[in-house]
Amino acid sequence: MRLTLSHINKHYGGKEILRDCSYAFSDAGTYVLMGGNGCGKSTLLRIMALLEEPDSGTVAFLAGGKVLAPDPTIGERHLHEQHDKGSSLDAGRLLTPDLALRRRITLVLPRIGLFSTSVWKNVAYGLSLRGQKGVAADEKIARALAFVGLEKKRDQHALTLSSGESQRLGIARALALEPEILFLDEPTASIDEENTSIIESIIKTMKQEGRSMVIMTTHDRSQAERLADRLLLLTQGALQDVRQA
Amino acid sequence: MDTITEGFLQAFKLILHLNPDLIGIIVLSLKVSGLALLLATLIGIPLGGFLGLRRFPGHGLAVSSINTFMGLPPVVVGLFVYLLLSRRGPLGALGLLYTPSAMIIAQTILALPIVIALCRSAIVSVDPIIAQAARTLGATPRQVTTTIITEARYGILSAVIAAFGRVMAEVGSILIVGGNIAGYTRVMTTTIALETDKGNFELALALGIILLLISFGVNAALHLVQRKGALHAA
Ligand SMILES: Nc1ncnc2c1ncn2[C@@H]1O[C@H](COP(=O)(O)OP(=O)(O)O)[C@@H](O)[C@H]1O
Ligand SMILES: [Mg+2]
Repeated sequence: MRLTLSHINKHYGGKEILRDCSYAFSDAGTYVLMGGNGCGKSTLLRIMALLEEPDSGTVAFLAGGKVLAPDPTIGERHLHEQHDKGSSLDAGRLLTPDLALRRRITLVLPRIGLFSTSVWKNVAYGLSLRGQKGVAADEKIARALAFVGLEKKRDQHALTLSSGESQRLGIARALALEPEILFLDEPTASIDEENTSIIESIIKTMKQEGRSMVIMTTHDRSQAERLADRLLLLTQGALQDVRQA
Repeated sequence: MDTITEGFLQAFKLILHLNPDLIGIIVLSLKVSGLALLLATLIGIPLGGFLGLRRFPGHGLAVSSINTFMGLPPVVVGLFVYLLLSRRGPLGALGLLYTPSAMIIAQTILALPIVIALCRSAIVSVDPIIAQAARTLGATPRQVTTTIITEARYGILSAVIAAFGRVMAEVGSILIVGGNIAGYTRVMTTTIALETDKGNFELALALGIILLLISFGVNAALHLVQRKGALHAA
């Protein structure tokens, strides 16, 4: 799946946060978005992950030669095609195209927001939203937990995990859903070196396995250098392509 | 001194021998308060959820009214229900006055604001990050709501237990609308009031002991639930 941003603008109150941001995320790999505190990285990520609407501009996804966009004026026919296939049944009801699209991507928030239940059930959550239960779902959960090294903690209460483990659980929770694009917002901002390097190697492994496109933010320059295939910089609301690896 | 000792001895005898009058009164109490609680829960949790999750014109007023109603004096509720159900009242035709149904109605009215207000506060105290996380994982608006309610489960359970404690202990409203008819509408609290008045301390004391035990149990349950909730929120 590819992602294209066209002329995204966003204000909060009277304050301009994003100004005419356009970019095509067209190759598999890891995109790292950098920028100072409060420059709008999280906002841009939420907009790309379809959790928030821009004031103007469009977010469009390309998959299998079809344009899928939350904006009904773009690629509407294709959305309905996808809709009609009934591929995205939610408890017997057809999903709105927007939700169906939103369910193909996932954002891991900087504060994870773990549910007050076991580690296992946290990962099961997204699958059960999609009506996925049973052996196949259990396998996905187990695989996701093993991938982040939390398989031994599956029965522990999620809110008793360390911050590094919480962050890894957040990633496992997203990965179990096999997203075509994974957004990570400051995945290592609040954790120690050991967990940071674990998370970095998780991101690298994801790239090697070619699972999904990763679009992440960080304010750690050296981390960006280590992980980025492409480095993007957000300054004064404008998005720039800094380096191409 | 002697009357007190003698009273306690007789009271324990009644309890140990499972005196049928005593048991009948306890069962009726639990039935009336239990059904009132069930009704208040069925109505109150959705309303509390609605107040906690949605904003609408008059929201603030609704919340502060419900909070005020939490402290409704039972006798006033009794009076109100009495007027509703009395022969010339708007619901007089139903013939419910001085029946267990009237008592259930009165206690439902007493329990309802507690369930609504405490449920609402349990729901608004769920960290907003939970709703965001649910959305990132692909939840529909309805699934987000379910997730928030699930996160608030210990607080909601506390609300129900607190309401049960309140209705089990109250006497004012059921005395007025139930009439304290022996074997029909006489429950623990009203019996205690009546028997004490008559100087029959043994039955009153026996019921008092049971009521204290129930209230102790309710508080222990509340404590446990709140501790479990706190542990999970740590
Ligand atoms: N929901 C919101 N309402 C108002 N202002 C917001 C909101 N979200 C973010 N902002 C503001 O937008 C700016 C960018 O925020 P954010 O995207 O979180 O920056 P970054 O992630 O780069 O640190 C900040 O000044 C922040 O205060
Ligand atoms: Mg941020």
